[in-house]
Amino acid sequence: MRLGLAVTPGIMAFGLVVGATAARHGLSFVQSMVMNFLVCSGIAQLVALEIWPAVLTWGVIVTIALLTAVIGARLFLMSVAMRQWFGQIPAWQAYAGLFFLTDATWLIAMRYRADGGGDVAVYFGAAATIMAGWLAATGIGFFAGGLIVDPARYGFDLVMPAFFAAMLVPLWAGARRAWGWIIGGIVAVAVERLVPGWWFIVAGSITGAVAGGYLDEPAE
Amino acid sequence: MNSELGTFGTWMAIAAMAAVTYAIRAGGFWLMGYVPLTRRVRSILNALPGSVVVAVILPLAVRGGTAATAAVLTSLAVMAWRRNDLLAVVCGMGAAALVRAL
Repeated sequence: MRLGLAVTPGIMAFGLVVGATAARHGLSFVQSMVMNFLVCSGIAQLVALEIWPAVLTWGVIVTIALLTAVIGARLFLMSVAMRQWFGQIPAWQAYAGLFFLTDATWLIAMRYRADGGGDVAVYFGAAATIMAGWLAATGIGFFAGGLIVDPARYGFDLVMPAFFAAMLVPLWAGARRAWGWIIGGIVAVAVERLVPGWWFIVAGSITGAVAGGYLDEPAE
Repeated sequence: MNSELGTFGTWMAIAAMAAVTYAIRAGGFWLMGYVPLTRRVRSILNALPGSVVVAVILPLAVRGGTAATAAVLTSLAVMAWRRNDLLAVVCGMGAAALVRAL
């Protein structure tokens, strides 16, 4: 619970925006809430809603699904990284837990692991806290859409980058590891310049991990 | 909603998004079940979390200008100093708001 609290205000601010956007694009309240629970990926939902047309055809549905996959590609890498921990717990718990995998829950899980924790209940607790905050905020946002002030003014749009940055500290494992991060970071910045969309996360993460993995001295 | 597929279409789109997202969330974990965990693979997996974090924040800090850079650096510094993530995020947001207000 406690581990999920730091990001909850940011998620709620983001949720207000997503809820308001869903209302503006003509989704019913039930539809919006089902989407918030099942998809639970704020950026993917915002982008999908941006292209959500008045007339839905199968072609549009396929496009929305593809976009969701592209935006969610980083979750695939996060899922890969969960193997080290979730590979040791019963499969049904692992696959249930992965349903709640978001940027925030993943960061919390990685940090908790880095500190030596291994209690799955902690993961589910953090996931539940975040999901509750998310659903509450998107629900409020759906009805209060018109009242929202510019979230950028108070820095709410930068909550996730700030949280990611903070999480780098417990993940620090010595200067040798940092070389992989630096290489991955340079690749990410370069790809961000050259390729539209969110591919820079995928490119930078993979290069960084492989570089870090090969620079790492074998433990024994 | 006056769409060709009606309410059904909306539900289909939501279902498609949900299915795709879950497939991605579970897919990486599932795939790694078929990759033998050699020492090298384990090293790469150990390096992955930090690499994802850096690959997310560095381009965002560059693209987001002074406010984003201030948020990221402040958050990093406060976290390294106090080891408190809530405080780090709040200070990061505060730094961004301050930069924008000036």
